[in-house]
Amino acid sequence: MNQEIALKNREAHEAAEKLATYEWGFTSDIESEFAPKGLSEDTVRFISAKKGEPEWLLQWRLKGYRAWLEMEEVDWAKLHIPAIDYQDSYYYAEPKKRPTLASLDELDPEIRRTYEKLGIPIEEQKVLAGVEGARKVAVDAVFDSVSVATTFREELERAGVIFRSISEAVKEYPDLVRKYLGSVVPQRDNFFACLNSAVFSDGTFVYIPEGVRCPMELSTYFRINAENTGQFERTLIVADKGSYVSYLEGCTAPMRDENQLHAAVVEIFAHEDAEVKYSTVQNWYPGDAEGRGGIYNFVTKRAMCSGARSKVSWTQVETGSAITWKYPSCILKGEGSVGEFYSVALTNNRQQADTGTKMVHIGANTRSTIVSKGISAGRSDNTYRGLVKVLPGAENVRNFTQCDSLLLGDQCGSHTVPYIEVKNPTATIEHEATTSKISEDQLFYAMARGLDQEAAVALIVNGFAREVLKQLPMEFAVEAQKLLGISLEGSVG
Amino acid sequence: MLQITNLHATVADKPILNGLTLTVPAGEVHAIMGPNGAGKSTLAYVLGGRPGYEVTDGSATFMGEDLLAQEPHERAAAGLFLGFQYPVEIPGVSSMQFIRESLNAQRRARGEAELSGAEFIRLARAEATELGMDVEMLKRPVNVGFSGGEKKRAEMVQMGIMRPRFAVLDETDSGLDIDALRIVGAGINRIMRAPDRGALLITHYQRLLEVARPDKVHVLAEGRIVRSGGPELAVELEREGYTELA
Repeated sequence: MNQEIALKNREAHEAAEKLATYEWGFTSDIESEFAPKGLSEDTVRFISAKKGEPEWLLQWRLKGYRAWLEMEEVDWAKLHIPAIDYQDSYYYAEPKKRPTLASLDELDPEIRRTYEKLGIPIEEQKVLAGVEGARKVAVDAVFDSVSVATTFREELERAGVIFRSISEAVKEYPDLVRKYLGSVVPQRDNFFACLNSAVFSDGTFVYIPEGVRCPMELSTYFRINAENTGQFERTLIVADKGSYVSYLEGCTAPMRDENQLHAAVVEIFAHEDAEVKYSTVQNWYPGDAEGRGGIYNFVTKRAMCSGARSKVSWTQVETGSAITWKYPSCILKGEGSVGEFYSVALTNNRQQADTGTKMVHIGANTRSTIVSKGISAGRSDNTYRGLVKVLPGAENVRNFTQCDSLLLGDQCGSHTVPYIEVKNPTATIEHEATTSKISEDQLFYAMARGLDQEAAVALIVNGFAREVLKQLPMEFAVEAQKLLGISLEGSVG
Repeated sequence: MLQITNLHATVADKPILNGLTLTVPAGEVHAIMGPNGAGKSTLAYVLGGRPGYEVTDGSATFMGEDLLAQEPHERAAAGLFLGFQYPVEIPGVSSMQFIRESLNAQRRARGEAELSGAEFIRLARAEATELGMDVEMLKRPVNVGFSGGEKKRAEMVQMGIMRPRFAVLDETDSGLDIDALRIVGAGINRIMRAPDRGALLITHYQRLLEVARPDKVHVLAEGRIVRSGGPELAVELEREGYTELA
């Protein structure tokens, strides 16, 4: 499989290089499939033209690009990030197909075994693995084809919910996109977010109108015309007054991607009395046991709780990627607004994760809850990094933070780095932190009752993470539980 | 049913069991008594297969199979139940989930069908009621926040649900008040007294044995069985103490 990826990569690169030797007029020559290697204003113009974007968006991208040139990579995280050569990548190479397999038998047995352990139906396995012709069959089998998708879409439209790829939304709802894009995560926010704003490939746009409770869980899984959104995904969710939406992102099945660098941006804007629940299960390829390969996942996620009593809840289960750099945050501006962050971050082998949240209390009576569960095994490094900030004008703020770390073995690292900045004396801030090792007593007790070692570890770890897992929608939670067990296989004993 | 021959075992290179020989036939309940440090808990852990308890000589067979060659979970699937002196807390995992997953793992290993959620809940409710435990407690995390007595009673509920062929109960009576002792003792009789089952009760005191009347009583001292007899031996030990035996 890796060989096939390499082959496809080479083909793509050769084709791109061939094109690059021609004189390019980017605005006219959008028939081309590939942008040349490297990042320049021309690349940005090419992407924008390729997508048929309006002038304002092109200008926005260019502004981002120019700002990015002056920025520096993040170096404060407790991560060892190998040097990334941004000129040695392709920023637009559609269609970037995954290698096609003739049948599941050709799939890496390791991945196949994981699919089976997760209990993924056979037809879905085929889609995930990229078996030829599987998508249509599977969609027929699993979701009753286009009709279900259409039903969903119709139901959403009846409710007035807009659920589109961001490229579609730019065309169909330009004013809405323009109003909110970059309003929560400014382009200059950080190096990776800035890069994303210049070259984002695609993503999702959601708008829930005033007073509407979204009639179903929105999941990228069900997205119509779901395409490979690639390495620079952009998500924008706007919840108007008094609305509610629950959004699920990611997939428990192991995802492979030939792009090593992923720099996504997620923005959530919540108006008065709106509530957004955003759940993620991230299981990108973590690299092999020695840390070769694997995805770098550098994500910026932030919510603006703009209206009074608005509420945003982030729940994440992070088990994948070689390097994770991610701090889903809430700006609690509206009076009485609420931010929540529930996280399980599991690292094994040589994985590194530096993840946490920022809760910025601006409005009075704002509340935040942070529950972080870090699980480290193998020779991995797992850091919780969190900021609770209370501005001078924020009266009667409450925060509760709980950070627990569980260590498996004695080669791994676990770190907790809380930053607390309180500028208003009426605030109540609580912080609890624990670090423990998985105990031999617990392991033996569970095994003496009939569980084998892996099942015993999975059970204990799931118990440790329970407070977070119970925040996930039901079907996601069940898969996430299995995923934690699978990710730790072979890490004890 | 359980046959232990010349068993030697060490913990951290220190010899604890020194040639222990003991046979418990099917249909019998035996008791092991002895002073502190005699090796009672070590015997229980060795039979359960706890890592760190090194068998250096001798053998133990369970229903004709070599017990010592099996992993702890295989012993459980074969029908061996170890009642812990200090039952372990597992935060975040409800007793219901813990017992059901364990039982179904055993059943899978034996080639039996798993119990459905409804079947399991019926079984769990019945056992909890028999042992005088509020079934709501089984919805709480395993042993977390339980008193010493509640933990022991919860062990008996687990045993009742799992219906093992043989139970090794390590000081199940400690921490129980007199009423709880009666209930637990009656539970042992109800669950383990059968022609094809058996049990080994490890205890300091005779009071549990008044309820769960053993067929034989053995005295363990310095890692060996030094005396065996009928139930009257327990009474004698209670009166005389272990000093003369050691």
